[in-house]
Amino acid sequence: MLLKATNVHKTFDNTLRVLDGVSLSVEQGDVVSILGPSGSGKTTLLRCLNFLERADEGRLEFGGREYDMAHTSKRDIAAIRKKTGFVFQSYNLFANKTALQNVTEGLIVARKIPRDQADETGRRALAKVGLSDRCDHYPSQLSGGQQQRVAIARAIAAEPQIIYFDEPTSALDPELIGEVLAVMRQLADDGMTMLVVTHELNFARYVSNKVIFMEHGRIVEQGPAREFFENPREERTRAFLQTVGDRLSPQDKE
Amino acid sequence: MDSELIGLLIDSFGKILLPGLAMTLPLTAISFALALIIAVAAALVQFANVRVLRQLARFYIWVIRGTPLLVQLYIVFYGLPNVGVTLEPFPAAIIVFSINTGAYAAETVRAALESVPVGQIEAGECVGMSYLQVMRRIVLPQAMRTAFPSLANSVISLMKDTSLAANITVTEMFMATQRIAARTYEHLALYIEVAIVYLLFSTVLTKLQRMGEKRLSAYQSRKE
Ligand SMILES: Nc1ncnc2c1ncn2[C@@H]1O[C@H](COP(=O)(O)OP(=O)(O)O)[C@@H](O)[C@H]1O
Ligand SMILES: [Mg+2]
Repeated sequence: MLLKATNVHKTFDNTLRVLDGVSLSVEQGDVVSILGPSGSGKTTLLRCLNFLERADEGRLEFGGREYDMAHTSKRDIAAIRKKTGFVFQSYNLFANKTALQNVTEGLIVARKIPRDQADETGRRALAKVGLSDRCDHYPSQLSGGQQQRVAIARAIAAEPQIIYFDEPTSALDPELIGEVLAVMRQLADDGMTMLVVTHELNFARYVSNKVIFMEHGRIVEQGPAREFFENPREERTRAFLQTVGDRLSPQDKE
Repeated sequence: MDSELIGLLIDSFGKILLPGLAMTLPLTAISFALALIIAVAAALVQFANVRVLRQLARFYIWVIRGTPLLVQLYIVFYGLPNVGVTLEPFPAAIIVFSINTGAYAAETVRAALESVPVGQIEAGECVGMSYLQVMRRIVLPQAMRTAFPSLANSVISLMKDTSLAANITVTEMFMATQRIAARTYEHLALYIEVAIVYLLFSTVLTKLQRMGEKRLSAYQSRKE
């Protein structure tokens, strides 16, 4: 087991219960898709796991250590973040840095890796996402799909043990979604451990090996991807799959 | 125009320009450099919500922006000696101009900091950078580029405002002009002449601003 979160709670503004006792575990090499209607707390869950948001309660086991998520120290958070990657819905590339600098910035500044070594790592990461020829481009000179691939390169460059993806294709024009999903599928094939919030049912069904379905801050159902799609146990899951399944256009299906 | 007046104007041009180069410009440059340090500090403590310092910064900006520059000059130069603090004209002017411009520039820088998408800060923290590292390497550089046109305007304002230093006996170019005018009674011609020199200076500064903006906008525009 690589990561285990137990009983995570998060309330906003003292009233809005966004996470209501979420527990999940991720094995090395797992690709876990998190599905669920908008507002069910998926983003907040990922942000709590990476301490962008502070959970009110919860335990996190990661890297052989256990943390009280409400009281994890700055030093521990920094240590955890060095072993994780995060890919945002809106890419969040550093606008004042080139694609290569976006990838190397964390290596050089946070990890104190010498510049030429970091550059080499950065170029390799960008090659991996198919952007060798865009190293010196600024984010404003790249398409959305390219920006998201740079963001993925930035996440993998530090060789994290797990990468969190928060709806990585939701901000993209439909014709650009494929290139990002292809990169993610490649990562999955390489054995990268991934926790992916997504609306891409095909990705959840055919790339990930586990699926979690969330609603109202709780996990309604989780299990192997195939079982989840072919034999959902919960009534709510079946209803959800029906609505989103209907919304899929034929060419989205494999 | 008679030849006598033309001779006076030619003769006085050097006498006005020289204190302009030797006093007005250094006063502007030094004051602005200090103002920038004050502004970035005052903006950062507000942006990062540092307790106490944040309130202190708000108070400073409130007081300085709410009172006339000329009054501030009088308080520091003519007022402070009453409590035993006597300053030479030049340092007094530097102090007042930098504190005054700093208050305005602080608001410019703060707005520019807030214009940087918060997602970039989070992304920086996610790749292991500390908050300060993210501020220094990601947020501040972008904010300063955003703030640049406004800050350049502040420099031009400041350059013109240094004429107020004549009131506290700094011999900058307005004071030099006043002296010649008092001697020759050619007020209109001489004050127009000094106005033209100020205009010359602002024109050069505006040109520099344009050049700076062009260089800084590299990453903001699509090249292809
Ligand atoms: N910073 C915040 N402050 C207040 N409410 C928030 C904040 N972030 C998210 N929420 C609320 O929490 C709920 C869950 O949000 P989110 O985790 O983004 O859901 P999802 O990603 O599943 O769409 C929503 O109702 C949202 O409005
Ligand atoms: Mg979300």
